[in-house]
Amino acid sequence: MIKAEQKPMEEILRSIDPYKKILLSGCGACVTVCHAGGEKEVGLLASALRMARKKIGKPLEILEATPARQCEPEYAQDLSELIEKVEAVLSLACGVGVQTLVRYFPKMPVLPGVNTTFLGETLSHGVWEERCQACGNCILEKTGGICPISRCAKQLLNGPCGGSSKGKCEIKKEADCAWQLIYDRLSSLGQLYKLEEIIPAKRWGVESRDSGLRRIIREDLKI
Amino acid sequence: MADFEPKIIAFCCDQSGYPSADMAGTLRLNLPKNVEIVRVPCAGRVETLYLLKALEKGADGVILFACYEDNCQYLRGNLRAKGRLSYVHRLMEKIGLEKERIEICYLATNSGVKLAETLQRKSKELKRLGPNPCVDRR
Repeated sequence: MIKAEQKPMEEILRSIDPYKKILLSGCGACVTVCHAGGEKEVGLLASALRMARKKIGKPLEILEATPARQCEPEYAQDLSELIEKVEAVLSLACGVGVQTLVRYFPKMPVLPGVNTTFLGETLSHGVWEERCQACGNCILEKTGGICPISRCAKQLLNGPCGGSSKGKCEIKKEADCAWQLIYDRLSSLGQLYKLEEIIPAKRWGVESRDSGLRRIIREDLKI
Repeated sequence: MADFEPKIIAFCCDQSGYPSADMAGTLRLNLPKNVEIVRVPCAGRVETLYLLKALEKGADGVILFACYEDNCQYLRGNLRAKGRLSYVHRLMEKIGLEKERIEICYLATNSGVKLAETLQRKSKELKRLGPNPCVDRR
């Protein structure tokens, strides 16, 4: 799922400084799971922002909402009644959710309240780690289900590099070397022969974002 | 300011804080004038938002009376409360509010005296800090 982190309070306060009444909109999907922008975080941030503004003598009125998925047109449009009543929207959804609101409410300033960080997995309560970079052509079948694009600092397709030491990465010492993980995994699966295949360089310019905006079209689903 | 009597919200765990508050009453111990006891089944039931809302809605200080560590009936409720408190402290620092306004105090079932002393001390501390600047007192 998409992982995000709340922006620093100073940055949020600065961005909403010109406004007296805003809508604080969370999202009930990914950012709820990573505790960055769900209903609880909306309540907490709204309370903190109201107090911060009251303290400096510039009271702020905040309406609160947490649509099930801010990135879906139906849910985003449901916010229209609330949006009519405010001067700006502070969104705790990911960058996608922010841009959905921008598309449907062209005259309304929509400000991001979180930094969308990565596509990741929950390791334990409160710990998330990157697992996918949406590169556009999945090679997990060749690497034992461990992604070198997101987990190897150098994105090597035929690793490891010379910097792999005792199973750790030379770029980020606390991180496991992705290619050590791939070797261990293929070894336990009895599929070490897969390492003999040279994985060709990815075609970043064709299948990934280097060729510009990506779009998926399913003709059968169009209305 | 001389007649400022700080409003304190005391969240009391049903296993320790609340029986202690009860005991403080039975022993007729002196408590600060402006204390509101909120009985909760466990300190872990106190959401982060409750702590912040208490301040936003008019409290000058908040105390969370929880069981001693390793003594929680629900195993980790008091530890969760401690974690939430540290989150609120970070938030308070960011919005320029003294983090001393919220604290956690660990008690046993029969700590009536400790509860009363803690509330008295907190009241004095809050008098020194002054009224909560985030509350509209008009």
